[in-house]
Amino acid sequence: MSTEQLVQLLWQGLLETLRMTIPSTLFAYLIGMPLGVLLVVTRPNNIMAAPRFNAVLGTIINFLRSIPFIILLAMLFPVTRAIMGRAIGTESLIVPLVVSAFPYVARMVESSLQEVDHGILEAAQSMGSTNAQMIFKVMVPEAMPSLVSGAAISMVTILGYTAMASAAGGGGLGAIAIVKGINLRQLDVMYYASILLVILVQITAIVGNRVSKSIDHRKH
Amino acid sequence: MQNDSVPVIEIKGLHKTYQTADGRVDALSDVNLSINKGDIYGIVGMSGAGKSTLIRCINRLDTPTAGDVLHKGRSIMAMNQAELIATRRKVSMIFQQFNLFMQRSVARNIAYPMEIAGVPEKDIERRVKELLKVVDLEDKINAYPAQLSGGQKQRVAIARALASEPEVLLCDEATSALDPMTTQSILALLQDINWRLGITIVLITHEMAVIRQICTRVAILDGGRVAEEGTVDEVFMHTQSEAGKRLFGILPEAPDEDPELPSLRIVFDGSSAEQPVIANLIKEHGILINILSANIRHLGGKSYGQMLIEMPSNPKEKETVIAYLTSQGMTVKEVNTK
Repeated sequence: MSTEQLVQLLWQGLLETLRMTIPSTLFAYLIGMPLGVLLVVTRPNNIMAAPRFNAVLGTIINFLRSIPFIILLAMLFPVTRAIMGRAIGTESLIVPLVVSAFPYVARMVESSLQEVDHGILEAAQSMGSTNAQMIFKVMVPEAMPSLVSGAAISMVTILGYTAMASAAGGGGLGAIAIVKGINLRQLDVMYYASILLVILVQITAIVGNRVSKSIDHRKH
Repeated sequence: MQNDSVPVIEIKGLHKTYQTADGRVDALSDVNLSINKGDIYGIVGMSGAGKSTLIRCINRLDTPTAGDVLHKGRSIMAMNQAELIATRRKVSMIFQQFNLFMQRSVARNIAYPMEIAGVPEKDIERRVKELLKVVDLEDKINAYPAQLSGGQKQRVAIARALASEPEVLLCDEATSALDPMTTQSILALLQDINWRLGITIVLITHEMAVIRQICTRVAILDGGRVAEEGTVDEVFMHTQSEAGKRLFGILPEAPDEDPELPSLRIVFDGSSAEQPVIANLIKEHGILINILSANIRHLGGKSYGQMLIEMPSNPKEKETVIAYLTSQGMTVKEVNTK
């Protein structure tokens, strides 16, 4: 393979990886974020205490989280086909990626919101905040730095899942490393693809950290 | 101060029981208090006396097990969510740990109560500036809480508490995390707010000095019950309860039986500045003092406890001694005078 072909291949893979990772992260947050909020506010002693609902939701989320991605991917074929028109391929992978990531995101969001000082919430309550104001004007903004670093971690996790895309006919850097690198014994391709993935993970983590720090007003 | 017949806040038969691993704990037992408009009402007690629970029941941050709190005659327990929210907007609260929003600037912290009440942004901006003037922090408008000192944080918290134009301000150990100097300035500010804006203040504290300095009425809480209640002068001069005596520094381990000689009992309640009061008395007035016993503890640069001195035989000297000690912030009681 010429250098030009290699670069072309890796560039293509990088774009495919991003095409899976970014929408999956967005949709995982669209579903996981409200669930994370619910996990917090329905706790006993919290603003919308509903202990039984909380326990059921927690159990469902734990159940979903414990299914390995590769199995979930296969289990979801009919669902994926119904939503995306076909069960395999790079775009179709977004469905299992979202399903596997949103419970993880819900837990990440939950733990970020839990970090908000109880006294601050009590103060907001004492000022006559409605439940919606508590959530959108206090809990989420106060937890924002932690939510941002959590989002970077979630994105890295999803990036890791995309490496298994080749199992369902998906592309991306992971698929290149496995199909071209391991199956076809082009070890250099495997290394380059892997290094690119590592760099992608590093960039995500570093950007997440930087943004989180820059919006955090707790230190000066 | 005013003869409005209905108290601003009336606490009626309040009970609060917690279920813990070791069984039931009665945090409050049958607490009854009336707080009138314009009062600076102090609730004092040792830690664990139930003060925090009591003040949290006033705005229902904590739900009482039994009993009720009436806000201008209206039961807080009977209120629905909307009414409770409306009441909370008229009953502000400040805290020991300030509890400012860390991701909001000073201006946006103070804006919050107005923001949630739907005040137009233009009015909010103007009010924020006014309130910053009240608490004397105009230059910190764009700062974030992390950049402020403890005293400045409490000032912002006070400005935020005033933003909703409350009728009552609840203070939960508001000066306990502050050094003595800052405590003084915050207490002066609270008093000023009470006078100028006519806001009724309810404060809980474990420091008798705070009560003496600004409160008009006081309730002493002990083991979840009101041990004593009245105007500060009454309660201070005629302490009846064990809890009151403990808080005023008449320590239980102190020799409480009356001495054989006529004597004066001097109470150090932490309000006197750190200085050798007795030595100064001897030096300034040339009166010889015979100390019979003393039990004084030093906490955070303040003296707590009591001292018994022999009564000067000369009535004039006695007058001088009492006048001097009183002027230094001590309480002096005559003992065994027959």
